Amino acid sequence: MAAVIERETVEHVARLARLRLGPEEVERMRQELSGILEHIELIQSLELDDVPPTTHVVALQNVLRDDTPRPSLPRELALREAPAVAHDGFEVRGWIETHA
Amino acid sequence: MSARQSYEPVIGVEIHVQLATATKMFCGCELSFGDPANTHTCPVCLGHPGALPVTNARAVELAILAGHALGCTIAPRSTFHRKNYFYPDLPKAYQISQYDEPVCLGGEFVALTPGGELRVGITRAHLEEDAAKLVHAGPGGRRAGAESSIVDFNRGGTPLLEIVTEPDLHSAEDAVTFFKQLRLTLRQLGVSDCNMEEGSMRADANVSVRPVGSQELGVKTELKNMNSFRFLERAMEAEIDRQIAILEGGGKVTQDTLHYDPDSGTLHPLRSKEEAHDYRYLPEPDLVPVVPDPAWVDRLRAALPELPVDRRRRWMAELGITFEDAEVLSESAELATYFEDLAARVDPKAAANWVRGELRAQLRERDEEPWESRATPERLAGLLELLDARTINVPAAKEVLAELIERGGDAVAIVEAKGLGQITDESELDELVARLIADNPEQAQQLRDGKEKVLGFFVGQAMKATEGRADPKRVGELVRDRAGV
Repeated sequence: MAAVIERETVEHVARLARLRLGPEEVERMRQELSGILEHIELIQSLELDDVPPTTHVVALQNVLRDDTPRPSLPRELALREAPAVAHDGFEVRGWIETHA
Repeated sequence: MSARQSYEPVIGVEIHVQLATATKMFCGCELSFGDPANTHTCPVCLGHPGALPVTNARAVELAILAGHALGCTIAPRSTFHRKNYFYPDLPKAYQISQYDEPVCLGGEFVALTPGGELRVGITRAHLEEDAAKLVHAGPGGRRAGAESSIVDFNRGGTPLLEIVTEPDLHSAEDAVTFFKQLRLTLRQLGVSDCNMEEGSMRADANVSVRPVGSQELGVKTELKNMNSFRFLERAMEAEIDRQIAILEGGGKVTQDTLHYDPDSGTLHPLRSKEEAHDYRYLPEPDLVPVVPDPAWVDRLRAALPELPVDRRRRWMAELGITFEDAEVLSESAELATYFEDLAARVDPKAAANWVRGELRAQLRERDEEPWESRATPERLAGLLELLDARTINVPAAKEVLAELIERGGDAVAIVEAKGLGQITDESELDELVARLIADNPEQAQQLRDGKEKVLGFFVGQAMKATEGRADPKRVGELVRDRAGV
């Protein structure tokens, strides 16, 4: 059984990721994502009940930090990468709430 | 039966509390409220590429502490996930949160009510980071139609504990009771300062209604932006009414996120839910699992102080004080300690009355708290003993209390120095009463005719004549005797 991703799914994911894809790009993504899913299906056909999900490839745990303050960036430096600065803050395009 | 009575509200809440750490969840930036904008940021909390988060150990500890108080199982292993969505207050375009392996699982919180107990199932509690603060600089400062917004990242990355309950609440009032007692518990544990005005405790509520007797859940809506107990209760009441009106009119409730506007008391849909819930959680590759040492988890459980609910229960059972007294006197750990100290020395009910009433009233004028007052439990106990022995009357006791608050000292010495002791010589009082009755024949006759109110006149006269040193109750008895009533 081949995993097939519909165009609608690609468009939906693109919308969530704020990607603007042209019709050819949607088709290319559809094929590439389908290929990935097919590969995963192949893995799923194996007997893996006893294998815990892998979230990390290194077997580390409990990398924790003491709750001790460290110096922060000077504000000018923090704001240097801002697209625009106003009132000592990062100025962003007005965010319009959609009142349905 | 009104429409309201034929429906049962079903409410579950999600509560976010900012943890009382010194630094942020995943970086060493100091937490601050009210500092100049963007003075507590670094590449991690600004979401710069390549900056790596490291988990704050104290935040994990506070989450475990809260989990114990909520009767949760502390997960032997918990992991972080990325919750993806776009919003200017989230510089990475994802929030680090927990998904299928939260730090605390399956508990129950018990709140006391005047009528008994309120048991609320805790689904889970998980760690996450707070978003930055957005200031909307639109026309009139309102959100909609804002031309631009200013982002202040000081708050971004603050450790949050999100506590999710089962839909076990069945009225707005119960939800508020639960919320208040949860807040008290978290404050007393030092998990969070739970300051709602400053946003360090925030509540969302999932509300639905169903016909009484039905076991099925109705369509729920999610209420946001309730930053005070009053708004919380009003918003839920308004939503329950709105849903019932829709169902009664033959309509269907739609699953919306609603924003409560305290000015108009109405709810507005916030954003379309269609795609909003597609957060595409994925395991956070930059953070490794938290596997708390079981000995540490046990140590935290053992170090848990007596919870407010247990203290209230114990006071009501052992000290015989009322629910209301217990509620007020356990508002803070300091007040509770003060009261317990006093209640161990004198009659607990009298202790409760005086602490709740006169002590707090007098201290309020000076902006002092009982536990920092010169009127220590020991000194106040000395005063209440004099009152109990009827050495002094209530007005005199209040005067002595004022002196104790002002200068401290010993109640017995103050009573002597001020000549406040009650007249204990029975014959002196009797003589006085006889004279009052002789001087006021008209009133005496009224009393004999059954006008009980006139008794107060005689008591008042006696108090005046003795400069407040008579026992009003005893005077009343003597007046009755003498007048032959």
